[in-house]
Amino acid sequence: MKNREIEISVKERRKEVLRNLRRFGGRLYNQMEKGIFPRIRMPSRSTENIFYSPELRQYILGDKTVRRSARNIRHIRPFTQLVWAGYFASELTKNRKTSTLRDVYYSAQAYDMSFKDQAESNSIVTDLETVMGFSREDFKVFPEERSAIFGDLTIEYTVPGYEGKQLNLMSHPDGVMIGPALTSSEFAQTRADKVIAIEKGGLFTRFIEERVHKKFNALLVLTAGQAPRATRHFIHRLNKELDLPVFIFTDGDPWGMHIAMVIISGSANAAHLRELTTPDAKWSGVWATDIVDYKLPSDPLTEVDIKRLHELEKDPRYEGELWRRETQKFLSIKKKAEQEAFSRYGLTYIVDEYLPAKLEETD
Amino acid sequence: MVTFEEISPADFFYRNRDIAGFTNPARAIFSSIRELVENALDASDLSNIPPEIYIRLSQEDAEETQGELGVGVYRLRVMDNGSGIPARHIPSAFGQVLFGSKYKLKQARGTFGLGGTMAVLYGQITTHKPVEVKSSTGTSKIYEYKLMIDIQRNRPLILDRKIRRNKEQWRGTIVEFSLEGDYFRAVSKILEYLKQTALVTPYADIKFVDPKGRLYLFTRATKKMPPPPKETLPHPYGVDVETIQRLIRVTECQNMVGFMQKHFHRVGGGISLSFLEFAGFIKSEDPKRLKHEDVVRLVHMMKKSKKFFDDVNVEKVGRLIKTAHSRNMLEFMETHFPKVDKNVILRLLLAAGFIKTKDPRKLRSDEVVRLVRMMKRFNGFLPPDASCLSPLGEELLETGILKELRPEFIAVSQRKPSTYSGHPFIVETAIAYGGNIPKKDDILIYRFANRIPLLYDEASDVSVRVIKSMNWRRYKVTPDMPIAILVHVCSTKVPYKTVGKEFIADRPEVNGEILNGIREVARELQKFLTKREYVEKERRRLTVFSKYLPKIARFSTNLAGKKEEPNIELLLRSVKKIEEQGD
Repeated sequence: MKNREIEISVKERRKEVLRNLRRFGGRLYNQMEKGIFPRIRMPSRSTENIFYSPELRQYILGDKTVRRSARNIRHIRPFTQLVWAGYFASELTKNRKTSTLRDVYYSAQAYDMSFKDQAESNSIVTDLETVMGFSREDFKVFPEERSAIFGDLTIEYTVPGYEGKQLNLMSHPDGVMIGPALTSSEFAQTRADKVIAIEKGGLFTRFIEERVHKKFNALLVLTAGQAPRATRHFIHRLNKELDLPVFIFTDGDPWGMHIAMVIISGSANAAHLRELTTPDAKWSGVWATDIVDYKLPSDPLTEVDIKRLHELEKDPRYEGELWRRETQKFLSIKKKAEQEAFSRYGLTYIVDEYLPAKLEETD
Repeated sequence: MVTFEEISPADFFYRNRDIAGFTNPARAIFSSIRELVENALDASDLSNIPPEIYIRLSQEDAEETQGELGVGVYRLRVMDNGSGIPARHIPSAFGQVLFGSKYKLKQARGTFGLGGTMAVLYGQITTHKPVEVKSSTGTSKIYEYKLMIDIQRNRPLILDRKIRRNKEQWRGTIVEFSLEGDYFRAVSKILEYLKQTALVTPYADIKFVDPKGRLYLFTRATKKMPPPPKETLPHPYGVDVETIQRLIRVTECQNMVGFMQKHFHRVGGGISLSFLEFAGFIKSEDPKRLKHEDVVRLVHMMKKSKKFFDDVNVEKVGRLIKTAHSRNMLEFMETHFPKVDKNVILRLLLAAGFIKTKDPRKLRSDEVVRLVRMMKRFNGFLPPDASCLSPLGEELLETGILKELRPEFIAVSQRKPSTYSGHPFIVETAIAYGGNIPKKDDILIYRFANRIPLLYDEASDVSVRVIKSMNWRRYKVTPDMPIAILVHVCSTKVPYKTVGKEFIADRPEVNGEILNGIREVARELQKFLTKREYVEKERRRLTVFSKYLPKIARFSTNLAGKKEEPNIELLLRSVKKIEEQGD
């Protein structure tokens, strides 16, 4: 799959998705017209075909491909499901409707196309992503939303009924949910000069209350744990389209560290997709060294934590100096700390002292 | 004080009726029906007329249990169209234990001459009523007897005797008597017995009217009967000392060579000679005692079989004899004509009168014992032939199974004749699948011996053990499948373990034949199941294609933004074609 270097606007992207789906259908149609069993070839997503690309700074799929043919009795069912998923995606896109993975699973039944279980339907959606080179959000299939954004960014809706309408993302003090409507918006205007992504809802609210967006001229993004794909793509767009640097704050443990890493370099599961990563984003804390330097209240690492750290040591994404250093540090101090640990120095300490220092350090 | 007394055979069986299958009222009613039906069938086989058997069981004084008749007195009547019993034998046939026509060496259902009379005996001791027998061999007369058994003397007591004119040339036998029984507990076994009998006797019409007046009909499916068995002599491997003792008492033979030839199965002059030589029952003349005319006779005989003795003359042989050191003629011949086969020499010496064997009538008992022992050791006897056997044959077996089980698939096999301990036997096997065969947790097993269904003690039977020892997965058979296996062993002597004739004992030879027979039919079943599986798979394949291809066509038409769906008939046809080719 070729890497689309050039960024395209949201509207154009929608057209592109529809064009691709149409081409996909046309190819199968022509095969059947010629009296041959329809077939497709797509990159293999098996683990031996997933490689880390240091240039792209993310996982990519190798040259191995798999062939699916309607001629094969074992293929014909998933093949039909795939064609149906394409049909369903094109209906959603054409009608500007959105859906969820769960919804896809149930909708299939209306076409006498029942999936065995949710896992089977999810895997077919992933197949469609692989064949088309677009992520499911492009096909209007969204996960359950839980992440949010707050800050001085004005967006312009493209969803039906709101076309042309603008909204400044500071208009609601809880932040605005990063849902289908927001992710399909065009960026109109911003005065912010950076993005701060935060793992936990408590700290996100604290930052808004402490007017971090003003003090640091930043857009605040709540990832709510591991960032959903839509949010990762949104951060990617903020970075690429608005040229904003991205700083990520997570808990000081291997899991928090990895939340930052997935935003930066993506996951192996999404090796078939692009534009979900933000390679220039920075993990600003909480580091293992911070636990020592700031004398943060901490908990001992559990066995699971330590096992996870050893896994990360072998992970090609963790080859950078910072990552190696912090992984080693965690292992040597055998401690972890949550973002809230800064509260021992008073409620505003994290914003007044820690944040400026870290932004400067990682900029 | 200890008293000693003698009991008659009738008395013996009266005291030990358990061993003949008359354990309790339920079993007794079953055994009575079974024994009389078997006698009836044997009588038809004898006359080679397709049997028609009518059985009526009516109640005289029985109590009701759960809507059925339970313990009480019943009257049993069995009628056949068989050969009939000659008038002078009727009283003994039903009034004397161990009297019968079946002690000869050929296959028959009954063997002991016991069953029919046991049923009558049982009826007598439980109801003290006489048995009524009517029979005709197709002559102008029908004989009617009322009999009881004098148990202590094992003699029939004739209470009444009538002779009627046989206007319609009826032939057959009717037996009717009262007995204590328990129909309620016997009914399922009786019906199962009749069904299996009908299965293995597809040329028989069997009607059964039960005490409630219900008629069970087992209609014949063919009039073809298997060829009747021929009577045979005992095979040397299968005889014991008692058999020889009896033979030497009655034989007219004056020498052992003739004795062996005349009284044993497949023993000719040559085999007889070489066996007697092997067993040490032959004496040949001392060469020294040969006179000139003896030498002339010997040389004359030698010249007759030129093939073996060329270049002999009286002078030469005479010279040899004079200088010989051999103690007897056999040794002499073997020393001087080493190239000639021993059998040829023996025949020659016998023909020339230089061989003496004993008079069999004068054998001492230690000699009889040695003779029997050597018979078992000698391996030059021919195996018994199977003309004394009457297997059902593959065609009739198939007819019977199709008639009673109506299966979807059937395979039958008749093995070549084989022997165990000098007794010839033939194993027939069949396997049936589907149709009316019920789905049980296990394979259904039908066992037959000399065309008798064996219903009791299944677990102890050799067939059951053979079937259980097989790896059925190899034949694609799983326990939940509706499968019936049939094993029929026929022999002049079925190796039963008990007098009740319920199960067959383990004999390596029988065991092996059963195993091979079942394997043969199991392989056929496997072929059938494999093919069915294939057809089923193809059918499913086609279903899958015809379900999904139209959907692919529909969705891609929509995706491509076309109006007309592509024609997928060609694709569907190509899938179908594969199925036809594979079929």
